[in-house]
Parts: sequence; structure tokens; C-alpha cells
Amino acid sequence: MNRFEVVTPRDLPNAVKLLSGRNHAALAGGVDLLDLLKQNIVAPQSLVNLKGVGAMDAIETDESGGVRIGALVKLSEVAANPTLRERYGAVAEAAAQAATPQVRNLATVGGNLLQRPRCWYFRHPDVNCLKKGGDRCYAPGGLNRYHAILGGGPSFIVHPSNLAPALVAFAASVKLIGPGGERTLELERFFTLPRIDPTRENVLDTGEVLIEVMIPAPAPGAASAYLEAREKQSFDWPLVSVAAIVVSDDTHLIRDARVVMGAVAPIPWRSHEAETALRGARLDSSAAARAAEVALKPAAPLSDNGYKVPIAKALVRRAVLRAGGIETA
Amino acid sequence: MAKKQLVETTINGEPVEFLCEPRQSLLESLRDILGLTGSKEGCLTGDCGACTVLVDDRPVCSCLMLGVEARGKKITTVEGLAEGTKLHPLQQKFLEDASLQCGICTPGFLMSAKSLLDRNPNPTEAEIRYALAGNLCRCTGYDKIVRAVMDAAKVIQAR
Ligand SMILES: Cc1cc2nc3c(=O)[nH]c(=O)nc-3n(C[C@H](O)[C@H](O)[C@H](O)COP(=O)(O)OP(=O)(O)OC[C@H]3O[C@@H](n4cnc5c(N)ncnc54)[C@H](O)[C@@H]3O)c2cc1C
Ligand code: SF4
Ligand code: FES
Ligand code: FES
Repeated sequence: MNRFEVVTPRDLPNAVKLLSGRNHAALAGGVDLLDLLKQNIVAPQSLVNLKGVGAMDAIETDESGGVRIGALVKLSEVAANPTLRERYGAVAEAAAQAATPQVRNLATVGGNLLQRPRCWYFRHPDVNCLKKGGDRCYAPGGLNRYHAILGGGPSFIVHPSNLAPALVAFAASVKLIGPGGERTLELERFFTLPRIDPTRENVLDTGEVLIEVMIPAPAPGAASAYLEAREKQSFDWPLVSVAAIVVSDDTHLIRDARVVMGAVAPIPWRSHEAETALRGARLDSSAAARAAEVALKPAAPLSDNGYKVPIAKALVRRAVLRAGGIETA
Repeated sequence: MAKKQLVETTINGEPVEFLCEPRQSLLESLRDILGLTGSKEGCLTGDCGACTVLVDDRPVCSCLMLGVEARGKKITTVEGLAEGTKLHPLQQKFLEDASLQCGICTPGFLMSAKSLLDRNPNPTEAEIRYALAGNLCRCTGYDKIVRAVMDAAKVIQAR
């Protein structure tokens, strides 16, 4: 670990100014940043402690019935928030299933969305892969059991955030502030595929701070579910996760649906195919199974991660049914 | 070289000041600067929970938090559990129920369990397991730990 300073900005504009300087990194919960520092994967000269600005730490309902979650809100607060649990169940559940109690009490929403990938080659201090500016990806010819089955190439990471698929399912946006002012982006457009640039996972610019996540009011009749499969029950990274929203009536006629998978692709992977298959259908186990089938049709597994395909199919099917109010075994 | 910073904080109810380098974790600050070696170092990556302390009454991994971030916070470590020579009910039940073997995980488990019982003095077994999910033990098989927490809950409720 290099020797760095920790600076506390007075306010947000000051934080942006500091972060626009050379070799500064934003410090939120520090869970991922400290890990990267300990492994010498990043070596900033200063950490800019966002918690010092005394803002961005609330969950608020807005006039239009939507919710704003400050970037510094902790995962444990998301998991426990009554509004989120009631109206955005998949988001609260995704937070409740992430990491451990001790990590959820430190980790923030902004940091969860901006954490770097878990690929073991990337995390290894001595491996200089594409993502770190090197000339190759070691996953396809190497150990790739936790890598991407969708949207991969030239890097095959999976996006590590639990919250991201759930928030994308709810059509959330992020508000960013940077040297050029504020901008708001749909979260779905915020994440980028490695074929655009393998060194990054999103479009956050130098100096930019993620301020808040905004989730619009869910459609009347909408209900959601979040499911994940892991190797270890107590806590673990998901092998596959699925966030589903189903908007249906009493007769289970589906007016709209969103299906987003996590841990299968370098970005939260929205399946338009599954959504189209569901829209207008009557929800039952065969409709859910068809959606699962088409969602995984484009999958292109590497040598060791083909097992993710049947898991993802099962989770899509179950998440869609559960969101639609039909319990499954 | 980054200069040492003065940190004023509260540890186990006492006001404390210490000097640390910005890159030193709270765990290093507690163990190496303040001599509070109850909190253990296991993985340093947030996986094992041996370093668990309470920050403003919430369990966190002290290996994932910088010492300078303790400024103005209320820190509770395993050293703050007993009252003088009187063990906390959790400590007493861990002993009686043989909930430890090598003991390296014990301080972390005690802190996670204390935070649970402070918030919820009558937890179900499922709630206990969820609250302790961030603490690993390679010796006991967890069962006796869960039992000790349930037994300590009874003692606390009877008070
Ligand atoms: C044992 C363990 C298990 C885990 N399991 C899971 C899991 O199952 N699911 C899951 O989703 N996560 C998991 N995590 C990851 C954890 O959730 C993330 O590391 C955490 O959410 C990061 O948040 P933070 O606030 O600590 O971010 P930091 O570490 O402070 O920041 C992360 C990155 O984002 C930047 N950053 C942070 N906030 C902002 C902002 N507002 N604006 C601009 N830049 C910013 C930082 O500069 C840094 O590069 C696990 C972690 C551990 C240690
Ligand atoms: S998957 Fe991405 S991070 Fe992993 S080795 Fe390939 S390029 Fe590097
Ligand atoms: S030493 Fe902190 S979690 Fe293992
Ligand atoms: S008693 Fe040895 S690790 Fe728990």
C-alpha cells in the first residue's frame, strides 16, 4: 500500500475540484478502495473523503412518488428502509443479500455501483491484464468459472454489484456532478461494455461524483423479486442474480415486465427478449419458462462457466413467477 | 510521506486520542497503536469478521476502515464488553456452552452478537444466523455459538 493522505472536502464543489486533480480517489465506505489499495492495484496520492461533505446520506420520497437514495446511504440502510422494502422490494432484497452485516454497515450505494470487478486476474497485483491497460485477457484461456456468459469480450468480467440489476429493473437514474456541472443518466446507460473500453465499467468522468440514485414511482400493479444463487449460504458473491418486475392484473395478465440478470455479464444484463416474451402473456410456469429460455439464448459460456446457464434460467423463471405473485418451490 | 494525524475518538466509553498514519486501518490503530489486541486480524479483506468492532453501535470490519475515520465516533471493542471482572452474559455463555476452541474468531462473534442483542433481545435462530453471517469459525461448527447467543439472550431478558 502506498502512503496517501486523506483529505476532507468542505462541500461537493470542493470535492469535485480535489477529485479533478491528478491521482485523487473518492473515498466512500472504503470497502473496495481499501482492498484495491492493499493489493497495490490503485495507488492514489490522496483520498477525498466524501463523508466529510455532510450530504448524500438520506433516502427521500419525492413529489412524483419516486425515491432518491443518496450515494452515501449504506447497504444496511437500504435493506432496512420501509419504503424501499414495500415498493421496491427487489432493491431492498439485493442490499440485504449483499456481503455481510459488517460490510453492509460500511458499504455505500454509490460505492456498490462503482466497485471494481472481482476477476481474480484483475485483483492479482502481478497480472497486467487488458483491464489494467495490458495486452490480453487471461480469462478465456484460463480459470473462468465466475466470468461472463453474456456480453463478454474483450474482457469477460461480470459486474459485481448486487444493487445494479435491481436498480436497472426499476429504471433508476443516477445524478452526477463534475467539473462541467451536473448531469443525470439512466443507470442502464451509465454502465458500459468492455468492447467500448475494457479498462472501465461505466462512464463516470474524472472529477465526477455520483450524488444520488433516483428511482421513479413503480407502475400501478407492479411487483418485484430479487433472487440469487451462491456457492455458500451464509454470505457469498452471487453466481447469478435476477431482478424481475412484473406489472399484472388479478387475472395474471402481464402488462409489462423487466428482467435484469446480475453476475452473468460485464454490465447488469437486461433481457429485452424475456420482457417481450412476457408482455401480453398470462403468467404461469410455462410463460416464465419461455422467458427464461429466450433470456439465455444469446449466452456464450467460456470453458468453465457453462453451469451458469441452467442456474440463470431457473432464477429467471422463479423470479418472474415470484414477482407475479406465484410462489415456486 | 503523509504526516501522522491526530484522531480524537471514544473507545469503550473513554475519550481517546491517538496519532496514526492515514493509511493505517482502524484495526492496526487499535492493536498496534493503542495496544487493544482483543480485535483479531484474520483475512484483512472483510471475509472473516475476526476484526469486528462496533462503530456507533453497528458492527463493522475494522480492517476495512481507516483509523482516521474513527474521529468523532463511538468505538466499542471486545475489551469493553465486561464490567470490571464481571463478564458480559455473552462471554459467560460462550464459556459455559464451550462455544470456542482456538478462540481467534471469538471477539468478532461477541461483537456481532452484542450488536444483535442490543437491538433485538429476543432473536430467532434464523435472525442470529443472519446477524453472524459475517463471522467465520473454523473450529466449532457454529452450533454452539448460536446456542450461546440464545442462552445469553435469555439471561438478558431475565434481568
Ligand atoms: C467480504 C465481502 C463480500 C462482498 N459481497 C458482495 C456481494 O455479495 N454483492 C455486492 O454487491 N457487493 C459485495 N461486496 C462489495 C461491497 O458491497 C463493495 O465493496 C461496497 O459496496 C463498495 O462501497 P464503498 O462505499 O465501500 O465504496 P468505496 O470502496 O469507498 O469506493 C468504491 C469505488 O467507487 C468510488 N466511489 C465511491 N463512491 C463514489 C461516489 N459517490 N462518486 C464517485 N466515486 C465514488 C471510489 O473512488 C472507489 O473507486 C463484498 C465485499 C466484501 C468485502
Ligand atoms: S476478464 Fe477483464 S479483468 Fe479479468 S483478466 Fe480478462 S481483461 Fe482482466
Ligand atoms: S480481518 Fe477484517 S474481516 Fe478478516
Ligand atoms: S474457535 Fe477457532 S476459529 Fe472459531
